[in-house]
Amino acid sequence: MAVGKEILTKIRSVQNTQKITRAMQMVSTSKMRKTQERMRAARPYAEKVRTVMAHLAQANADLGHPLLARRDVVKRAGIILVSSDKGLCGGLNVNSFKRFYAKVKELQDQNVEVDVCCLGQKALAATQRARLNVVASAVQLGDIPKMDKLIGPLTVLFKQYAEGELDAVYIVYSGFINTMKQEPTIEQLLPLTPHHMVVEHSHSWDYLYEPDAPSLMEFLVKRYLESVVYQALAENMASEQAARMVAMKAATDNAGNTIKQLRLVYNKARQAAITTELSEIVAGAAAV
Amino acid sequence: MSKMHVEVVSTEQLIYSGEAEFLVAPALEGEIGVYPRHVPLLTRIKPGVLRMTVPGSKEEVLVAVSGGMLEVQPTHITVLADTAIRGEDLDEARANEAKRAAEESLQHATDDLSTAKAHAALAVAIAQLKALDYLKKRVH
Repeated sequence: MAVGKEILTKIRSVQNTQKITRAMQMVSTSKMRKTQERMRAARPYAEKVRTVMAHLAQANADLGHPLLARRDVVKRAGIILVSSDKGLCGGLNVNSFKRFYAKVKELQDQNVEVDVCCLGQKALAATQRARLNVVASAVQLGDIPKMDKLIGPLTVLFKQYAEGELDAVYIVYSGFINTMKQEPTIEQLLPLTPHHMVVEHSHSWDYLYEPDAPSLMEFLVKRYLESVVYQALAENMASEQAARMVAMKAATDNAGNTIKQLRLVYNKARQAAITTELSEIVAGAAAV
Repeated sequence: MSKMHVEVVSTEQLIYSGEAEFLVAPALEGEIGVYPRHVPLLTRIKPGVLRMTVPGSKEEVLVAVSGGMLEVQPTHITVLADTAIRGEDLDEARANEAKRAAEESLQHATDDLSTAKAHAALAVAIAQLKALDYLKKRVH
């Protein structure tokens, strides 16, 4: 009996989709754990660099490092936009982009030109669609954040800042709050704000410096900024996996519901066909 | 014998954490050895190996680092290790690479794709040569 053949085909196709979404859900579940560990592993370094830098800044208040320069008038700003390389992770990237566009608009309204540095394929695609000035980018970052890939784009921005081409640098990424919640976050990287430089202990002692304080400061400031960006990237990756897991779970559930409804329709059609056939036979027998 | 706490951290992970009686590090201006209660010291270190004498063990503990910074306090030592080989020229090469990546993706929209690609390939080749040159100078 050829009743509802198209419905059966449809059920099968939804089942296939469900298989894929379920597999993706399980993959992101296991990846999520790893990315969260990485996110935590990056913290001790950032804290350590921050304390040493704060101490150095306090002991040598007159260090005129170009990356520490503050400028009163902001004419050109750089924004680092962090995104995932792949899609299928719910509203994660879109939410960051919204935050990003809001910031771009705010800056442009103040007659500030905007340069963008993209980390992640989706960010690059989005900023190019918006015809923004992309100065540097790094894509195909993989599942593990690698410092190696970040150094290039960051060097571009920091050099521009040191040379006075940029007057402020921001970073936009998805902050990881928990598995169910990721929040687009915007932070100011440069100029370094005072809260970066808080020292816990304030009795006066100083290091011996080898070779000298300014060059060590240069090293520390760079490493500090890099570690902040690294942390943001690690957090974005954890958010990506969490968002994908949730999105894929929803997709799997939706597929299950669709299959259930289609089955109902199919069974009804089948029963209707049987009933019609029976009544035809009975009517035929009665006529004889 | 007194001890000090040694921590080797990098952006990507905590590499080593433990007690030591004596530590030798490849500082930028030559190797330095540190005993507990050393005066506070801050120095850059070159790519190389950290050697530590650990209490209760005859063998030295070795930790390889690709450069970074050494912070010495009387009772603890922190090594902020780099995860990638660094250097002015090398960072410069990476920066050019990142710029190129951005520019090239823009070029995709235009017809000059093949010339852009050729230019880019050339730039990468030059960057790699530069990096190699730099590393060679470092080794000798």
